[in-house]
Amino acid sequence: MEMESRLDQRQETVTILCCLCGAPITSNPSNMCVHCLRAQVDLSQGIPKQCALVYCKFCGRYLLPPKTWLVADLESKELMAICLKRLKRLSKLHLVDASFVWTEPHARRIRLRLTVQQEVFNRTVLQQSFVVEFVVELQQCFDCQREAAKIEAWEAVVQLRQRVDHKRTLFYLEQLILKHNAHEDVLGIRQQRDGLDFYFIHRSHALKFLSFLNSVACVRQRNSNHLVSHDPNNNLYRYKYTFSAEIAPLCREDLVFLPPRVAAQLGGLSCLVLVQRITNWILLLDPRTGLEQSVDAGTYWRLGLSRFA
Amino acid sequence: MALRVQFENNNDIGCFARLTNAYCLVAVGGSEAFYSAFEAELADHIPVIHASVAGCRIIGRLCVGNKNGLLLPNTTNDQELMHIRNSLPDSVVVQRVEERLSALGNCIACNDYAALVHTDLDRETEEIVADTLQVETFRQTLAGEALVGSYCYFTNQGGILHPMCRMEDLDELSGLLQVPLVAGTLNRGSEVIGSGIVANDWVGFCGFVTTATELSVVESILKLRAWQGDEALGSGDALKTSLIDALA
Repeated sequence: MEMESRLDQRQETVTILCCLCGAPITSNPSNMCVHCLRAQVDLSQGIPKQCALVYCKFCGRYLLPPKTWLVADLESKELMAICLKRLKRLSKLHLVDASFVWTEPHARRIRLRLTVQQEVFNRTVLQQSFVVEFVVELQQCFDCQREAAKIEAWEAVVQLRQRVDHKRTLFYLEQLILKHNAHEDVLGIRQQRDGLDFYFIHRSHALKFLSFLNSVACVRQRNSNHLVSHDPNNNLYRYKYTFSAEIAPLCREDLVFLPPRVAAQLGGLSCLVLVQRITNWILLLDPRTGLEQSVDAGTYWRLGLSRFA
Repeated sequence: MALRVQFENNNDIGCFARLTNAYCLVAVGGSEAFYSAFEAELADHIPVIHASVAGCRIIGRLCVGNKNGLLLPNTTNDQELMHIRNSLPDSVVVQRVEERLSALGNCIACNDYAALVHTDLDRETEEIVADTLQVETFRQTLAGEALVGSYCYFTNQGGILHPMCRMEDLDELSGLLQVPLVAGTLNRGSEVIGSGIVANDWVGFCGFVTTATELSVVESILKLRAWQGDEALGSGDALKTSLIDALA
């Protein structure tokens, strides 16, 4: 650790004695010599001298908590930014200089020399430099995990079905999913007879995908899970979750037959209506009166409207 | 010798007492510990008096005096003035001064022969100071500070100045006042000398947190160790050589 004290540079000032040790010094606002100041004050007190840094060796990225992975070379400014962000209490001090100290790459240690300044004891500005060591820990980032995992490693699956002959809605959904990037956590996709299966590593990813589907299409959801293994000593249970999502089989410009009771419930529509638009609500158009009525997913599936093409 | 005292846990004792060769004024404190410290040392030689000025306890900063006289600000009550006049020996002239800068202790620093006054002090007040205290007055600033009473303290033996004084100022003042002067700190690095020390020619009192180094500087420049004889000063030679040409 080195320390300097920024003194008043007037040469004619008299020499006084340091109030603690008696060494002759020029007057400064704390009236103590540098060594006594150093003994009294440690600016790096709150900052951990050793810290952990997470690195994925498969893609060469460092973790910026909580979730971002960033590519950075050794001794680059991106790496310095990551290291400084890891030191939370550094924001309270005034950082003057930061530089890397060379370490052997295989040692998996990154050393950073930081110089900070702070005002202590009235108006004395103290500058101190110290070294912080970051221990690089290896961890596979989630994207690499996904790439490495085979599809059989899935924990949750969303089975998307639409029981119609044409694939219009599915194609449209495909475009929507690509546009909103809802497929980023998907482990794999398999095509089935009436739709698609989306496999995920975590249940939470599957739920996120499902909520996306609920917001763009009229779906009915059924959940089930089955036990894969359980550890009776620790009470740990491993499940595989299956979410079955069925899209309403309606499409634009379809003709729909409404039973009279249902037509009355929907606000006095006639028994034959046209489907004007499908989003996550179904817009029905009464051809006789020109009335429009929207039906949401819950109402649709509850009433069990069938199609009459 | 120099002693360490505190006034009700406060180390700025120079605010609460005024010590001269002829008398000692002490503020009224909650406990009498402060007063007892002075009484134990001085009661045999000079009167030690409880006093207040304008109902305040900061008498050290409000009044100024030496063995010839005492000056009080215009805010002093008549009762307080009477009490002080009765308690002090007849040789001490007590005078109330009409002055805009009423904290006389901050504006004037004096010993029995010379005084430094604030540069903005009235001409009449300066004359009163010269007449009552029988001193020669000099208008000076110290290291850019006009409050000479706060930033320096000197007795007939020596004096301590603000640590940021320049060498030329130190020499000049030393010549004017005819006493050796040194720049130093008190109360653990505080540059407000006037609040850190009260002293006369044979005894001195410092704030409780004054470090040993500061105390030794005070004792050597105010010659509070002189009673031990010159051999003691020989041990202070190492100290003296590190006090660079501040002894005129």
